[in-house]
Amino acid sequence: MESVQIITSGSKLAEAVMAESGQNVNLCFQCGKCAAGCPLSYAMDYKPAQLIHAIRLGMDDLVFKSTTMWLCATCETCTTRCPQEVDVAKVMDAVKIIAVRQGVKPTIPQIAKFYRAVLANVKMCGRMYEMGMIVDYKMRTFEFFKDMKLGMKMFRKNKLKLVPSFTGAMRTWKIFNRVKKIEKRNLST
Amino acid sequence: MPTKYAYYPGCSLHSTGSEYDVSFRAVCKKVGIDIEEIKGWVCCGTSPAHCSSKLLSLALPYETLCLVEKMGLSDVVAPCASCFSRLRTAIYEANEDPELAKQISEALDRPLPQSMNVLSPLEIFYEKKGLADAVTKKLPGLKVACYYGCLLTRPSKIMQFDESEYPMAMDELFRSMGITTLDWSCKTDCCGGSLSMTRTDVVLKLTNAILEEAKAVGANAIAVACPLCHVNLDTRQEEIEQEYGVKYGLPIFYFTELMALAMGIPSDELGLKKHFVGTNELLSAICEA
Repeated sequence: MESVQIITSGSKLAEAVMAESGQNVNLCFQCGKCAAGCPLSYAMDYKPAQLIHAIRLGMDDLVFKSTTMWLCATCETCTTRCPQEVDVAKVMDAVKIIAVRQGVKPTIPQIAKFYRAVLANVKMCGRMYEMGMIVDYKMRTFEFFKDMKLGMKMFRKNKLKLVPSFTGAMRTWKIFNRVKKIEKRNLST
Repeated sequence: MPTKYAYYPGCSLHSTGSEYDVSFRAVCKKVGIDIEEIKGWVCCGTSPAHCSSKLLSLALPYETLCLVEKMGLSDVVAPCASCFSRLRTAIYEANEDPELAKQISEALDRPLPQSMNVLSPLEIFYEKKGLADAVTKKLPGLKVACYYGCLLTRPSKIMQFDESEYPMAMDELFRSMGITTLDWSCKTDCCGGSLSMTRTDVVLKLTNAILEEAKAVGANAIAVACPLCHVNLDTRQEEIEQEYGVKYGLPIFYFTELMALAMGIPSDELGLKKHFVGTNELLSAICEA
């Protein structure tokens, strides 16, 4: 049988990413394809390939203070093109999850608040109730007037519902709670 | 071909993308594809779920797949590209990792259904024989840029949908129906997706590049297969024009709307009035041609 050698770099953060996502960033040889193909690269402080390298070096501070993972739109271009088959988009998810778990303040708070508003909404309503989610997001960010005109027009065109359906709300509520319990158990073992 | 598909509309097709729902149903009816909406379906969790919890992002799609099993069906059609991607990903991940599958099952408090097959309507229509016979209306002046976006084709290992960099499924479907489609370089570029609300500046920049390229190759319409792409290209088009000082006026259609029009289904039955960029001018010009 062929023996499998796992490449490591001694970085705790790289190990945490591996545990969270199953992705080994140490396979990266810095070809830069992820950075070249990333449509959000221009807006990031560190390109995806740079962030991966920083994870390998265990530069936790730099990684957690970076905007890179928060700007990732999960377009999956990097994941599809990586010659080492590192799922870069999954690494971005993992870094966000680890940062939040460690209590690091998100570098782009609106995006973290958007995630929370959406998930709170799905947990409570079963299906996304856009109007409720938008109001919740605005309460969290205080961006009350942004997209106001657009929202009004969408409402007039009957693209936004006035009342939630609550179909499956009981079930999603339970799923969210069970997931939380399982994740807590996983972390303690 | 299965005799019946479980239909998963997802949240968007019940709200911001209801035109996609209406036109998809109309085309299915016209060509005799039997679909039944899954009773009690829940949100797939979309990007915020996988950005926050891997287990949650897999459990939510599986909750709906369990309902499909109850219906006695195993083929699911998910028109929203994001739902389609999340459902296929959940099945892929659960198959790859039995331990993870066990946890998903625990989170749902029931066993996971086996051998589920998730499809995009593009795949179903592409395989469907005799679609060309349903075409009753020629749309000669129409020049469509087919925009596939990110999630239909990527990641290719999971999605297994057409060619990931330069797909042709939608183009070939349209061409078989006599609709002209164009070669262009933005087919699978990203529109910014869910950054629409949080970092609108990014979305305006990315969508501007897409609209600019479509115009440059001579398109007079863009066809999409994703409600979020539609929001970013259609709903925000006026904003893009203001930001970059340009005028596109480029109608953005769900691909099912164009199929329905070619099949002679009246435009007022397709919810085209809900589009922000008007379609009347283009459609009447085509009909005169």
